[in-house]
Amino acid sequence: MDALILSRLQFVWVIAWHILLPAFTVGLASYIAFMEGLGLFTGREVYLRISRYWTRIFSVSFGMGVVSGIIMPFQFGTNWSRFSDATANIISPLLAYEGLMAFFLEAAFLGVLLFGRDRVPRWVHFLAASMVALGTLFSSFWILAANSWMQTPAGYTLVGGRFYPTDWTAIVFSPSFPYRLAHTVCGFYVTTAFVVLGAAAGLVRRRQSEADGRVMISTTLWLLLALVPLQMLLGDAHGLNTRQYQPAKLAAIEARWETGSRVPLTLFAIPDQKAAANHFAIEVPVLGSLILTHDPNGTVRGLKEWPADQWPTVILPFFAFRIMVGLGLVMLAVTLTGAVLRFGGRLWRSDLFLRACQWTAPIGFLAVLAGWTTTETGRQPWTVYGLLRTADSVTPSLSATNVAISFAGYAAVYLLIFPAGFLIMRRLIRTGTGPAAPQGSVESGRPSLPVDALPGLEPEGRAP
Amino acid sequence: MTAPLDLVPIWTLILGLGVFFYVLLDGFDLGVGMLFGLAPDTTSRNLIMNSIAPIWDGNETWLVLGGVGLFAAFPLAFSIIIPAVYFPILIMLLALVFRGVAFEFRFRDAEHKGLWDHGFTYGSTVATFAQGVVLGAFIQGFKVDGRHFAGGVFDWFTPFSLLCGVALVFGYGLLGCGWLILKTEGDVQARARRQGRVCLLAVMAGIAAVSLWTPLLDPDIARRWFSWPNIAWLSPVPITAGLLGLYEWRALKSGDDAGPFAGAIGLFLISYLGIAISLWPMIVPHHYTLWQAASSESTQAFLLVGTLFLLPIILVYTGWSYWVFRGKVRGDMGYH
Repeated sequence: MDALILSRLQFVWVIAWHILLPAFTVGLASYIAFMEGLGLFTGREVYLRISRYWTRIFSVSFGMGVVSGIIMPFQFGTNWSRFSDATANIISPLLAYEGLMAFFLEAAFLGVLLFGRDRVPRWVHFLAASMVALGTLFSSFWILAANSWMQTPAGYTLVGGRFYPTDWTAIVFSPSFPYRLAHTVCGFYVTTAFVVLGAAAGLVRRRQSEADGRVMISTTLWLLLALVPLQMLLGDAHGLNTRQYQPAKLAAIEARWETGSRVPLTLFAIPDQKAAANHFAIEVPVLGSLILTHDPNGTVRGLKEWPADQWPTVILPFFAFRIMVGLGLVMLAVTLTGAVLRFGGRLWRSDLFLRACQWTAPIGFLAVLAGWTTTETGRQPWTVYGLLRTADSVTPSLSATNVAISFAGYAAVYLLIFPAGFLIMRRLIRTGTGPAAPQGSVESGRPSLPVDALPGLEPEGRAP
Repeated sequence: MTAPLDLVPIWTLILGLGVFFYVLLDGFDLGVGMLFGLAPDTTSRNLIMNSIAPIWDGNETWLVLGGVGLFAAFPLAFSIIIPAVYFPILIMLLALVFRGVAFEFRFRDAEHKGLWDHGFTYGSTVATFAQGVVLGAFIQGFKVDGRHFAGGVFDWFTPFSLLCGVALVFGYGLLGCGWLILKTEGDVQARARRQGRVCLLAVMAGIAAVSLWTPLLDPDIARRWFSWPNIAWLSPVPITAGLLGLYEWRALKSGDDAGPFAGAIGLFLISYLGIAISLWPMIVPHHYTLWQAASSESTQAFLLVGTLFLLPIILVYTGWSYWVFRGKVRGDMGYH
């Protein structure tokens, strides 16, 4: 193990944990703002109860997102200084705009969202929720612009091994950016929706905050009915874009070694990078060309068109992609089942379906991680696709021991913080939508009666 | 795209202001984090925590802006300095994790409240110390080969940088006392006044030690401060620092609620100015000037347009968020 591979593993570690939080908070911020808005305009307490419930959970996940997010830009400096030196002219303003447009907006209005409910008028509180949601979307925009430029660089000239900007519109809106942005943000919304669905199914099954749980399930299932099929269409469009701009990545995703037309769809195989062949392949004839090119006679390029030292490690994007698609199909099944049950008027009578909703609560996170693995390992062996190798990006002054120590530090801290945060959020989810009861022996500093215990709490029961 | 004017001074100013805002804003809430650990009972701990809970996140955002701003405006400095302080940065980041999650976790996880309380105090202290070490290492300078850091990974570990670390702990402590005096009443405030005097003495000693040690480290810096006529022009800097120290002492002793915070800000400003005078125009001391380390003109111009538009807006809504939580913090402040 050298400093390069350890730095890569460290980056994988810190970003894989971190991405789980925006995957949740981007969608949840919008959901909270939506509920605050419904509460403001309809005056119904149920929406405000739901908003308060999720705000408690949001505050925990957002705090974790902030602290694990601050670590990310410093990784560029500590472990990837040659990448930083080469790409700063282009990448750095995109990251800076993320801070200027998103982080400050989120941070300033988050305080008001969390602590200001009794200090500002209701509409200002709704505005604060909306600004936090807008901030998360700005953040997605800029960070994905930076990532997309690394995937499909444009608008630059290369002088002495360093990139210089020539066209900022081309840089920000690089060829893969619109597809990546849409596919990622939609994925984040779907991820949140499954968490809300699972949490609400638990509330309904336990006959706890049941009426509120039903409202959450109902709204979320409608949302998923639109978003899950949309996400599949966006994924398809993203795939076509990858075929055009990153054909070697697509070949790796499909474990396709030889160029050909009317290629089969490989459902399963064990790719063998050394032999440049697949073992135990299960294939469906012609379907590969049909899906990847939208034409049964379409040509799909194989990895052998490029030198072997420019191939990704095929097995990673190949399996990650299949996991992502498989999870997507499970999501579609849950969503469609929900729709069928709803139209049959049997939604609340099917305990099995509610159970399934609980089981699939974390499915979006797995799909996000699988999708991210697909696109990032598929980009290898480059940091800037086709132009700057990962091996030439690492900080030259680091030894393997240095990175092993820092990696161990991140590993230890994350293994404490993330499970703790997960358990705390799970407990908050199980507490229900009523006023948050102090946990155990928490004493003053919090009001003995939480200020958010508004009058008009409907008795929990069978309604509506 | 060619920029008609030199943007480097503008970016120096923006980045300088950004880092200074970070030092002030996260400085006081890291200081409050340290004082939290010295509070004798849970009631005052909760009050202390509540005084910064709604705003700490925004304060820490300036650190992101400082880091990314350096990357954007002076990337050569970013890619040399950050690897040179690999471990202090690592320690700072991990300490900030504990400090940041404590705000939520201690409210939500009563069984392990002791753990998160300790995480908050030690996280704040260690992060501050690490920042001081980074500052000390930066003033000392780094071994550079071409465009890369070429020294050892523990080059930063010197008595000078450790001194800077300790001095910053008391400095942020002083800012934290100033904030608590401003935002609290009664016992908590009285304790902050006493602690503030201890911090002030240590800060003045630290400023004196760093000011004498820095010219000894570097003959260029000595020449800048002590040659005629510079010594005449620059003498107001140490004199102002001394006067500010006196003012701060009196403010801590008197019944003035805002004075100690203002005085602490003044001391940080004058120290910051002193460091800037010593190092100007280098951004990688001994090796690269601000101009040599700057990003391309097009990069600086592209980012400047948005920054000049966004920064005032940020200041307005950040100011508004402080205004929402104005006044003395209440023990029963409504938690979400």
